[in-house]
Amino acid sequence: MKIWPIFKKEMRLYFTSPVAWVIMSVFLFITGYFFYSIFGYYARVSMQSAMNPMGGSLNVTDGVLRPLFSNFSVILLLMMPLVTMRLFAEERRSGTIELLLTYPVRDGAVLLGKFLAAFALYTLMIALTLLYPAIVWYFAPLEWGAILTGYAGLLLMGAAFIAVGVFASSLTENQIVAALVSFLILLMFWVVGWSADFAGPSLARVLQHLSLTEHNESFAKGVFETKDVIFYVNFTLVALFLALRSLEARRWKG
Amino acid sequence: MIEVQNLTKHYGPLTAIRDVSFSVAPGEIVGFLGPNGAGKSTTMRILSCFMPASGGTAKVAGYDVFRESMEVRRRIGYLPENVPLYTDLRVAPYLEFVAEIKGVPRGERKKRVADAMDRCRIADVQNRLIGKLSKGYRQRVGLAQAIVSDPAVLILDEPTIGLDPRQITEIRELIKSLAGEHTVILSTHILPEVSMVCSSVVIINKGVIVARGPIDSLVEQYFPTARVEVEIAAPSPAAVRDALRVIPGVVSVSDLPGSDGIGRFVVESSRGRDVRGEVFQLAARQRWDLRELRRMGMTLEEVFLHVVAGEQSEPEAASS
Repeated sequence: MKIWPIFKKEMRLYFTSPVAWVIMSVFLFITGYFFYSIFGYYARVSMQSAMNPMGGSLNVTDGVLRPLFSNFSVILLLMMPLVTMRLFAEERRSGTIELLLTYPVRDGAVLLGKFLAAFALYTLMIALTLLYPAIVWYFAPLEWGAILTGYAGLLLMGAAFIAVGVFASSLTENQIVAALVSFLILLMFWVVGWSADFAGPSLARVLQHLSLTEHNESFAKGVFETKDVIFYVNFTLVALFLALRSLEARRWKG
Repeated sequence: MIEVQNLTKHYGPLTAIRDVSFSVAPGEIVGFLGPNGAGKSTTMRILSCFMPASGGTAKVAGYDVFRESMEVRRRIGYLPENVPLYTDLRVAPYLEFVAEIKGVPRGERKKRVADAMDRCRIADVQNRLIGKLSKGYRQRVGLAQAIVSDPAVLILDEPTIGLDPRQITEIRELIKSLAGEHTVILSTHILPEVSMVCSSVVIINKGVIVARGPIDSLVEQYFPTARVEVEIAAPSPAAVRDALRVIPGVVSVSDLPGSDGIGRFVVESSRGRDVRGEVFQLAARQRWDLRELRRMGMTLEEVFLHVVAGEQSEPEAASS
């Protein structure tokens, strides 16, 4: 499997073009602002509760980082389609896919190389946000275990987002269409949990289980649950499988 | 090296190529000719394993392009039409990527890349972004990626399109230098190019092969006579015509179009017989002024126009 050369090529493309830099900057800017306002709000609340003898106990992990992680999933929902839209759509538009797919490399290796490159960029993006817990840690003790669990959840959810994006990108030669399709799919899997409120009890459980962001909630709380891990892994695998089929379509179409 | 048998490809209701068969011997350079939309690129895409045929078989280097596609892909260098390249990569890293993915061993990679850049004369732009290069340079980068793994077979789709005359000559020289160790199939619709570079041709029109073989034998097959253009100033052109007609070996004498009464003729004789000496002697004997005497070369262009248009084209119209 020649995943490595594909991976390196994609990383080069991300970083020699402005794509990676712009996406990382924008992501850090938005999450930085969220962190600033959440942390500022928490500081005010904790000051008030310190003056109020009846005040309950406050905790920075719950008060700052949990809401921050929940906000991350919304930002990522909007941004990940932009990270992945290029992967196959651009190769199709410029025709480079014709060369790429006539090199002695399997479609699966091309797919995995691209997926892993997007995932590496995403990991870097997420890793840069470790700055926020580090700032909190400067002022107050932190439960690092819970935070690492939160990050594990983000990585798993990101993998699922990227897999959907790769699939959408394999469908079209237009990057905007690719971004919109992956955005639509991700949004559907996000809001599907909401309709659980109106559904019957058994259907509600299914709908809730399908929701992409629902599974991230327990990670954000610092709870590492096997069923959530399995959900994200399965989701990623299914999306990648569909992408592989869509790549191979040229072999039997027409 | 390349064996194609009854290859057929449909795009929906459209038939791009039908029952295409030909073969290419090792070390040969074969020109694949045809008007635009004749099915050249389709055939090349099938040979390069980009897409499967609807019917028939194709073998490259002894391997079936569909069932043993990986083996075929290891042995080919492919340059698609329009030279698709990653515009956001620099030349040398791009070629290193291609070398790596084509399985050039790590130790040899740098050398092979440098070698390919030398042969294609792109070493001076190796640190530039491909997107910033001129068309000629991009074309050469495309060619460099095809030869970087030193493949047995090269499949080049319109390798000289969009280049300036000097670059065209350079690319041609490069392709010619590849003959012998590489088997090359190149498509083009620029005919002089083929006569200069290729040893034999396959002519395809509307998805069907209309002619194939070595260039000389094709010319002979379609134009079995040798032609000489003659201009003689004489009191009576009709007398000249009659005199020319009786020279031994002459098959026919016809007026060159647009030469009413000036005395310009096309003398056709059986191939291999040169009548120029006799024409000169005749003019000298009759004291006619021989103003022009020229053998007309039968070129591939005439064959091409003949088989593609399906009609006898006048050689003088075609050779201009």
